[in-house]
Amino acid sequence: MIPADYYIFLGSGLFTIGVVGVLTRRNVLIILMSIELILNAVNINLVALSQYFRSVDGQVFAIFVITDAAAEAAVGLGLIIAFFRNKETVNADEIDLLKW
Amino acid sequence: MLEIVTFGILAAVTLVSAILVITRRNAVHSVIWLIVTLFGVAGIYLLQHAEFLFAVQIILYVGGIMVLFLFVVMLVNIDVSLKQARFARQWQVALGTAILLGAQLAYALYNHGRGLNLQERPMLAAPAGNTQAVGMALYQNYMLPVEIASILLLVAMVGAVLMAKRKLE
Repeated sequence: MIPADYYIFLGSGLFTIGVVGVLTRRNVLIILMSIELILNAVNINLVALSQYFRSVDGQVFAIFVITDAAAEAAVGLGLIIAFFRNKETVNADEIDLLKW
Repeated sequence: MLEIVTFGILAAVTLVSAILVITRRNAVHSVIWLIVTLFGVAGIYLLQHAEFLFAVQIILYVGGIMVLFLFVVMLVNIDVSLKQARFARQWQVALGTAILLGAQLAYALYNHGRGLNLQERPMLAAPAGNTQAVGMALYQNYMLPVEIASILLLVAMVGAVLMAKRKLE
């Protein structure tokens, strides 16, 4: 069997890539996609440790994380559509209505 | 041996396509590469005998969330953003910070390892009936969280419809 460490390394690599995407990209849609990458990294860790401890609880939490990802994607994309209709942009650095 | 090779291929596919997600200029290409990443993660679940999560990942993530993403990417204008700068102005600082974070994670996991202490117990193959076990846990021990998650989904659905509506009257 593959040791659980390998999965945790993979999870931390995916997490780091997601953080790079959130911090560096301008397009809000790609920032949302990077958040999905981060959530998937969390899920990999949860499943690996759930198999390691021979308990199914981690997989149940992974299902809750997927539920949250669905809710977050729906609300986030609704916000993006509403904002695009008003300001004609999806760039994160041009969304500055609250800045003065 | 075969498992290690399979894990290596799946991990390489996942990481490479994740890097492609955050570097492509066209958002549609990013969505396609994100789908490849999600398939890689689904393969990782299958390798760990989490068959139910494998199915959920493909049906819900690839089939549901990614289609939603693709719709929205088509709705907002792609042509304008193709000519604009891909990265924010602070990208050097951000990249340095993220690399530092990744190095810290790798150091803590690899060099110490004692914080995790995972070496002693080799993983065994999970018993058959993963879906049954997950279902039992979901509807017995975690019944209240399941109900809360259903309410969360209802609120998110109403909120998304309300925000994407053309005019509030």
